[in-house]
Amino acid sequence: MIVELGHVALLIAFALAVIQSVVPVWGAYIGDRKMMASADSSAMGIFVFTGLSFCALMWAYLQSDFSVVNVWQNSHSDMPTLFKVTGTWGNHEGSMLLWVLILALFAAAVSVLGGNLPEKLRANVQGVQAWMLATFLAFIIWTSNPFERQPTAIEGQDLNPILQDIGLAIHPPMLYLGYVGFSITFAFAIAALLEGRIDAAWARWVRPWALIAWVFLTAGIAMGSYWAYYELGWGGWWFWDPVENASFLPWLSGTALLHSALVMEKRDALKIWTVLLAILTFSLSLLGTFLVRSGVLTSVHTFASDPSRGLVILAILAVFVGGSLALFAVRANKLEAGGLFAPVSREGALVLNNILLSTAAATVLLGTLYPVVYEAITGAKISVGAPFFNLTFIPLMIPLILALPFGPLLAWKKGDILGAAQRLVFAAVVGILAMVLVLGFTRGGSILAPVMIAIAVWLMVGSFAELAQRASFRTAGWSTGLRRLAGTPRSVYATAFAHFGVGVTMLGIVVVTAYETETVTALKPGETVEAGGYTLRHDGYVDEQGSNFQSQGARLTVFLDGEVVAEAFPTKRFYPARQMPTSEASIHTFGFSQLYFALGDLQPGGAVTLRIWWKPYVTLIWYGAVIMSFGGLLSLTGRRKRLAKKAAKPSPNAVPAT
Amino acid sequence: MTRRTNRLIWIGVIGIVLAGAVGLSMFALREGISFALSPSELKAASVGPKQKVRLFGLVEEGSVNRGNGLDVSFVLTDTDETIKVSYTNILPDLFREGQGIITEGVLGADGTFMADTVLAKHDENYMPEGMAEKLKEKGVWKEAAK
Repeated sequence: MIVELGHVALLIAFALAVIQSVVPVWGAYIGDRKMMASADSSAMGIFVFTGLSFCALMWAYLQSDFSVVNVWQNSHSDMPTLFKVTGTWGNHEGSMLLWVLILALFAAAVSVLGGNLPEKLRANVQGVQAWMLATFLAFIIWTSNPFERQPTAIEGQDLNPILQDIGLAIHPPMLYLGYVGFSITFAFAIAALLEGRIDAAWARWVRPWALIAWVFLTAGIAMGSYWAYYELGWGGWWFWDPVENASFLPWLSGTALLHSALVMEKRDALKIWTVLLAILTFSLSLLGTFLVRSGVLTSVHTFASDPSRGLVILAILAVFVGGSLALFAVRANKLEAGGLFAPVSREGALVLNNILLSTAAATVLLGTLYPVVYEAITGAKISVGAPFFNLTFIPLMIPLILALPFGPLLAWKKGDILGAAQRLVFAAVVGILAMVLVLGFTRGGSILAPVMIAIAVWLMVGSFAELAQRASFRTAGWSTGLRRLAGTPRSVYATAFAHFGVGVTMLGIVVVTAYETETVTALKPGETVEAGGYTLRHDGYVDEQGSNFQSQGARLTVFLDGEVVAEAFPTKRFYPARQMPTSEASIHTFGFSQLYFALGDLQPGGAVTLRIWWKPYVTLIWYGAVIMSFGGLLSLTGRRKRLAKKAAKPSPNAVPAT
Repeated sequence: MTRRTNRLIWIGVIGIVLAGAVGLSMFALREGISFALSPSELKAASVGPKQKVRLFGLVEEGSVNRGNGLDVSFVLTDTDETIKVSYTNILPDLFREGQGIITEGVLGADGTFMADTVLAKHDENYMPEGMAEKLKEKGVWKEAAK
């Protein structure tokens, strides 16, 4: 019964979305305030009904109702409760429902928080959001219905064991909050084009939403990377796999969007480009969610895909991406160009950031889609691997990172590059010292890694140059310096932390790529082996029984200079319901570095194959992303305070609402 | 500075970045891609001794042979042709006889494929791309139990 109610709720949400697709937009066109205002209640209704529908599906999972096809295919009564809950979105249908639920959440958020938006803009935004809601609700209802029934079965087929992990509870919701968050900036861009007018107030509105989406997307990608790292037992944290690229593409263009919207907000320039970026970013999000799902691209970690959905998905993509770009082509010339600036200026630096990020996104997109196009044209199957991406992406990132510390030190309109360089001397010196230090410790080996380390350190130190300049402890003394730091706007801190995070991630990537060691060995109980500077002793096998799996593991004692520093317990699990084995790696963190153990096969004679990685500074990769997200959050909270202040005293350049 | 020189500078910068990216991409597409072939296709193709290719197929039943330490060899088939694959490392969890897998490596002079990577998908119903169609044509494809 509840399952049927869930289905009905979905239909009601769809009907409301169809109404909201037309009424507010029409109201904005003829100037009917009632029609425009109707979107507020319908958006709330769509959110509530989609939410009810999602809860109904979750309830079916918690009850292990195997008369629901979706539950039967992806759940098992022995599964721990947490995985029954997360299993709701561990499959195509459920994850689509979560996607739409988040879309509805953001639409409702505009209704609740958009009180002081210009009426027309707001009605158009809500209309565009309803177009998306209606389309994807229809997609779920008619091609991916999670509530389909069957004659009940005694036991379910279990959730894919790889997904039976806490990662599934966090990663997809975060990633979707990021992907779908950009639907708001997209809706704002389309609404601006429909109305044919755009100003700095538009950017003030769009930027926080882009920031929220970006914060979640950054955290979601990092979380996914760490999940793949510990769960798959391959010891890698990024594979340039189509699914990963799909999440990385909107991140790159979203990062560009954040920076171009800043120029638009402060200087009323780059309007057309910002609107285009807003469209492209969400288009890439759609591509990310759906192209991989459609089965057009095969990837190592997609859900089993159904090619019949592929065409529908491609059609939806074509309509949204093609339609919005066509609208852009027709209406963009109506938007006026903004203020002038010299190439060497804050704006200029942000434009350079945009050029490099967009080009990088284009090369990643090329590498991701090239196999599809190549096969369509020649019929031959190829794969584009990591070497392609490393060769194209990294050379584009190096100038970006070298130039990055300069950006915040340049003034708007016209900057002083020599002055900025003087303030960065310290960062350069620290970077070169780091390089010399690394060279001294690693004698021999390539010069490339130490140079890259110098660049990462340059960015990490350089990120704080603006704060250092504001405080100028040396001339002003500690107390004045601290007082000045306290008075510095939060946005300066936000920039410093976000940029510092990029440097931290880069440092982790460089160090682990250049200096990790891998030891593969066969080890019998009682034997010892040296790996990554540690000594390991095999202390025998232990069998365990989990709720829905059996596991066998090897106890290992880890010694450093004769002292026990850790006990490792890598295991292999076997899930009988799916007849599927998985590896559970054992990971030990020492400072920022990790020792990573993965178990292989048992060999005749009692030995087990073992793969041991020493991963120096690997955790910096994810800490860096956390710091970036923190920077984004700082910026969000900082602007709330600033806007509240602004609202209190009317500013001369405030744009009157129309 | 006039709007015109300003614009020229930006066009120059964009031009340099784009030209660099296009050049790098063209170079990388020559170096960084590998062809994915079935055993029949690999035998028919002329592949250089150092050229990396991806070989996909089914692991033939009874062909997995574990040697010293981590050495392992097995036979990949597309039901027409077979190729022996040698590999020295830990096989992925889902590696099984009868399973569709992808390997990456080079073809040795003696006709053995020296793999440095073996991939098996996380999905137990996984078939390498193109394999399913081929098996369906031959009527040996078993529709995965749903």
